[in-house]
This record gives sequence, C-alpha cells and structure tokens, in this order.
Amino acid sequence: MTREMTGAKMVVQALKDQGVDTVFGYPGGAVLPIYDEIFLQNDIRHILVRHEQGAVHAAEGYARSTGKPGVVLVTSGPGATNAVTGLTDALLDSIPLVVLTGQVPTFMIGSDAFQEADTVGITRPCTKHNWLVKDTEKLAGTLHEAFHVATAGRPGPVLIDIPKDVQFATGTYHAPKPAASHYQPPVKGDLDAITELVAALETAKRPVFYTGGGVINSGPGASQLLRELVDATGIPVTSTLMGLGAYPASGKNWLGMLGMHGLYEANMAMHDCDLMINIGARFDDRITGRLDAFSPNSIKAHIDIDPSSINKVIRVDIPIVGDVGHVLEDILKIWKSRGRKVDSESIAKWQSQITEWRDVRCLAYTASEGTIKPQYALERLEALTKGHNRYITTEVGQHQMWAAQFLGFEDPNRWMTSGGLGTMGYGTPASIGVQVAHPDALVINVAGEASWLMNMQEMGTAVQYRLPVKQFILNNERLGMVRQWQELLHGERYSHSWSEALPDFVKLAEAFGAKGICVSDPKDLDDAIMEMINYDGPVIFDCLVEKHENCFPMIPSGKAHNEMLLGEAETQGVIQSGGAVLV
Amino acid sequence: MSALHIKKGSTSHSAYNLRPNFSDVQERHTITILVENEPGVLARVIGLFSGRGYNIDSLTVAEVDHTGHLSRITIVTTGTPQVIEQIKAQLGRIVSVHEVTDLTVAGPFVERELAIVKVVGEGDKRVEAMRLAEIFRAKVVDTTLNSFIFELTGAPDKIDAFAEMMRPLGLTKIARTGVAALLRGN
Repeated sequence: MTREMTGAKMVVQALKDQGVDTVFGYPGGAVLPIYDEIFLQNDIRHILVRHEQGAVHAAEGYARSTGKPGVVLVTSGPGATNAVTGLTDALLDSIPLVVLTGQVPTFMIGSDAFQEADTVGITRPCTKHNWLVKDTEKLAGTLHEAFHVATAGRPGPVLIDIPKDVQFATGTYHAPKPAASHYQPPVKGDLDAITELVAALETAKRPVFYTGGGVINSGPGASQLLRELVDATGIPVTSTLMGLGAYPASGKNWLGMLGMHGLYEANMAMHDCDLMINIGARFDDRITGRLDAFSPNSIKAHIDIDPSSINKVIRVDIPIVGDVGHVLEDILKIWKSRGRKVDSESIAKWQSQITEWRDVRCLAYTASEGTIKPQYALERLEALTKGHNRYITTEVGQHQMWAAQFLGFEDPNRWMTSGGLGTMGYGTPASIGVQVAHPDALVINVAGEASWLMNMQEMGTAVQYRLPVKQFILNNERLGMVRQWQELLHGERYSHSWSEALPDFVKLAEAFGAKGICVSDPKDLDDAIMEMINYDGPVIFDCLVEKHENCFPMIPSGKAHNEMLLGEAETQGVIQSGGAVLV
Repeated sequence: MSALHIKKGSTSHSAYNLRPNFSDVQERHTITILVENEPGVLARVIGLFSGRGYNIDSLTVAEVDHTGHLSRITIVTTGTPQVIEQIKAQLGRIVSVHEVTDLTVAGPFVERELAIVKVVGEGDKRVEAMRLAEIFRAKVVDTTLNSFIFELTGAPDKIDAFAEMMRPLGLTKIARTGVAALLRGN
C-alpha cells in the first residue's frame, strides 16, 4: 500500500502501522507539523511530560514493563539535548526506544539557526543508530527501519531527526515490509557450543546460573525456559540488578541478586563455583569486583546476543552468541535428549554449602523502635503490596540497592531501574510510563529524596493524566550512597552530600494536586503504607528514615567476591587507598 | 560476623584491578570494513575508536560500489589481541556496517599506500634525489629548477624508507593516503 502524504502525516501513520499506542513528548517549533497530525487523530495517545528527559525515561518505563519499544517525540535543539541522558540510559540498559526529534529546515542546517543543534552528531554515541532524514521520500522507510533496529538483536534506543520542511513536504508512504533491512542479527546459537555447555552442565559439581537483563529482553518465553532449566537441573541461580524477576524470588533455587550490594550467598556461590553459566549478563564491574580474583576456579559459559559482550572483560571458555530464548530452548532440548543428566550428589552438597552461606543472614540489620530503618520500610512495603499487581521503579542510590535486596520479584518486566548508567531522576518518569501502560496496576517508585527531586516536575504529568503512581521516598536528608562512600573511603568528610533546604513533601504533593503522606514513627508505617495503596491517585510518600544507615552487604572497591563486608563492625580501615580511585 | 573468617584489609593486590588478565602484546592489524555510504558513517567508525580508546594508525575510505552505495574503509590499528577482537566486534555492531574482515588474520594480503613527496634542492643533492627515486620506482609528477614532487606507491614501510632517504636531500613536504588493502587470491 503506498499513498501520497506529508512527512508529518507519515510519522503518525508509521507509528500506527508499527502498533504504537502511546507517545511521550513535548512540542516545540520544529515538530509543530507532527503535533498538528497528532491533534487530528485518536489512535495514538500523547502524554505531555514536563521535561524531555522525563519523556525518555517514561518511554523506558513503558518499554521495560511491556516489552514493546517506547516512543518519544521532542523538538529540535534543547528538546533533543534534554533527551540525551535518557538515550544513554536506554543504550546502557538495552531498552528499545524510538525517539523522534524535530530539526530546523534542511536549508537552514549548519547556519546556527534558532533551536538548531547537531542532533545526530550529539546522539551518535548514545544511540544504537540514528538518522537525519533530508528527503520526505525516504521518511517512511526510515521510520520502519528505526523500529526494526531498536528491537532486533540487542535492543537499544534509535533516533530520527526530521527537519521541519521534510515534515511539510509530500512524499510516498509505504507500509512496513518484513525483512527489508540488511540488519538481521542471528538469534540461534552455535549447536556445538551449546552441546559443549550441556556436557559441562552434566558433570559440574558446583554450577551456578548468573542471569541478566538479556533474559528479560528476550521476552517472557525466555524467563519460562530459564525456570524450566533451573528447576529441572536443581542448579542455583543468581541475577544482576537488571535481570530480577526472570527467575522468581520465591523459587527454591534463588540465591538473590549478586554484585557489589548483592547477597552473600550469591557472591560466595559465584566465587566458589566450578561452572558459571552467564545468561544475558555482561560481567559489569559492579558484578565482578576485582577481575583477577573473579571466580578463579570456574569454567565460564556466556550466552549473549551481542558478540562484543563476549570476552570484553572476562575471558570465557564457552561463548554462545544468540538470543537467550532460542539458546535456552536448544540447551533444554539437547540436555533432555542426552538423558537429563546432572551430578545430583555433588549439587546436593553444593546446595547445603549454599544453605550455610544463607544462614549468615547477610541482610540482617539492627532494628530500631524510635526511627524507621530504610530496610524495615521496604520489608513492610513488600509485605503489604506482595499480592498486588505490582510494578516497581527506582531512582539510584542506597534505596535502589535496598529495594533490590528486600523486594521480591516473581515475574519479568515488573522491575524498572537504571542499572548501567545509574541515572538519578529515572524513577519518577519511569513510574509514569509504567502506569500509562498498566493503568490498573499498583506502580511504586522507590526513591531517595535527592534522586526524586531531579525529575519531580513529572508529578504534574501524573496529576494531569490521573496516573496513580506512588512515590515512596526513603528520606534520609542525605545523598545516602555518596555519604556511605565518603564515610568508608574519604575519612568521613561529608563533602556536599546533604541538603539543608528540602521541601515539605506533603505541601509539595498538595501543590501538584496529589496526596502527601509523611511518616516518621515505625508504629505508624503500616497504616501509612495502606493509606498510600488505597488512595486513588498519585501520592508522595515521605518516609523519614534513619539518616546514617549504610547499605550492606558491600564488596568494597578493590575486593573480591569472598571479601564482602556484612555490617558496620567490619568497615573499619577495610578499604585501602588504592580502592578510593574507583567509582 | 568474625566467625565467617572474612579477610579484612588489603589482599596481595591492594590496588583495584579492573584490568583484565589478557595478553599485553601489541599487534598491528589491517582491518577492512564494508559500510553503507551514508552521511555520518565515517563518524560512527571514528567515534567508536575515539570513544572506546582504540588506536588508528591509518585510515582510508572511498565508495567502491556506486550502485549499492557501499564504501570500503581500511583501518590499520594497534592493540592487544583482546582489544583487536573487541574492535572487530564493536565494528560489527554498527548498523551501517555490512562486513568486517581482519586481513592480518585472514591474510596473506596486499597492502598499498600512495605518497607524494616534495624535495627541494640543487646540484648534487638534486641528482642524488633523482637517482634514489629511480631505485624506489617513484615517478616525477612535478618539477621546477630546484624542486621535484615524486609519486610513490608501496607498502607503508617502503614509503617510510623513501622519506628517510629524501630527508637529507631536501624533503620539505609529504602527503600520504593511508593504507588500502585486499586479500590475495580469490
């Protein structure tokens, strides 16, 4: 089907043909023709954010919670530059986004025109791919290709920069054509390598699955296959921050999250295993700690759709390039056909060793009757929201790690957090994107007050669209993680890690037209959380918590997995000057 | 907690070690990349090298397929084996890249570079420059009473050698194209 239409109309038509139902955006001069077309239709819902960064994070929340690409529409110049943080965030966490930016007319490009920026130049390193479309005839093909590139292979953000004259001009529109693109990353893994992995799995005495965001990105089917494989083999499974929910937290082989603030049993299992099966994770530095002491005695297998992830930081013995879902299917098929063998006796011994580690109870903290401990707040939040159709987003810092430790995720796509880039200000707009996609769900943004202030303007969006997002702020009046590092690494010199002028969050909520709840006494916490859950509308929940609580366990900079700190008593003089240079 | 016997303080390596234990031998590789000839494609490739801290010793690019709009980029780079592998994998990830070939691995291959060299001098030096140019099979493409411009094609080390010889004879300027390379045979 081909038709003549304006570039602006093509944009809207292509979005419809790609199955887009929601666009997050902010209008401006260079996208007015597209906004005109949006005005003239009802199929695509436009969510007006308050800042372009918010639009991108909201689209990320939408994408992570649905598995579909998120779509953003912003104007040229500042509209595009404000989107850069969100693009980088999506690139590092492999989130599919299609970002459309307006541009000054083609004949003015390069003249330092009003609101002109070299958008494709600026966003080249922070997108998977980008395009400047200078000819309306090429717009339809580029739009369809953008959706293909964003979602094929390792997902990521793409950007199309559309000059205003290209939006006004008329050209030929055509519907998406399957397989029109030369970009076709292979999804099937090499069967020889998969067989080698199965053979290793059959004889392993201390195996562990180390899973990541790739399992989530591969779709719900991949999580199902993972569960089947884990439960059939009895092999323990840990996950990165990005992969939480792929294997249920209530599953009997679940070790909890690994890494810098991961669980003791997970990190010890990683360190002592003899076979590590990395499924869709990337040996990030938050995971590995010191590389020369990372799981020294294991055979390592790595399943990743991106060949550049393999052997990037850790040399692996069995590399498998392919989509997690496809590879897991083949692993299961081959393992079953070879007789479903595992060294059950050794694995039982391994499991009992893990039980010993688990008995350390690494998440234990000193309870307090007078003040709310942040861990306690999250335990109560978990207990009171567990049965709900619940989605969690977070900001970045201590609260994020506590949320990962204390909240249990039973399903994929329920946990939205900024992992790779660590973007403070991610959670509020992301919660809005999630709530737009799941209007009836309970969407909670677990936040710290400092991160939350970074994109608090998006409360306006929540109120405008009646999105009942719950902003669960663990307020310690500090940049908690910065403060923790300053305590441990910088001689307790708390340089600029607290705010002396925080807003009254209850009044702030009221000013936005939302509900504010403030709680400081542990005895009142349950009632307050219930009030938040039961309120039909957006809530800012100001939970005043212990100000100097540190987040444990912690693998300090410069240490290996088996050198975790479990509590305050162990922190004295532990981190040497060499570790202080690290982030 | 102390019952856990978790080691405190520094270990044998107290400094943080994020460097992988890969070989640190530096290798020189010639890599050719077939790319879609679209705006910004060279910036993508160069941006990858600068952004990830890889070296470019030489780079050439031109459209080689006018109907298919494909360009061939030839890059000579130096790095450890692990870095070379990463360079190839990262290049392969760029959406506009169709094909990445490491000629040094796929080899044997032919490597050629063109240089034009200006030599200014009189008398014996001028005669000597001319004589050496003949030995190197360099062509004279411009001459005045006290200068030559030579054109020379060959592997980069041949051009290095020629430039070295011409320096005392009055070499004033040199322009080099960078390496173009193809695999031998079919």
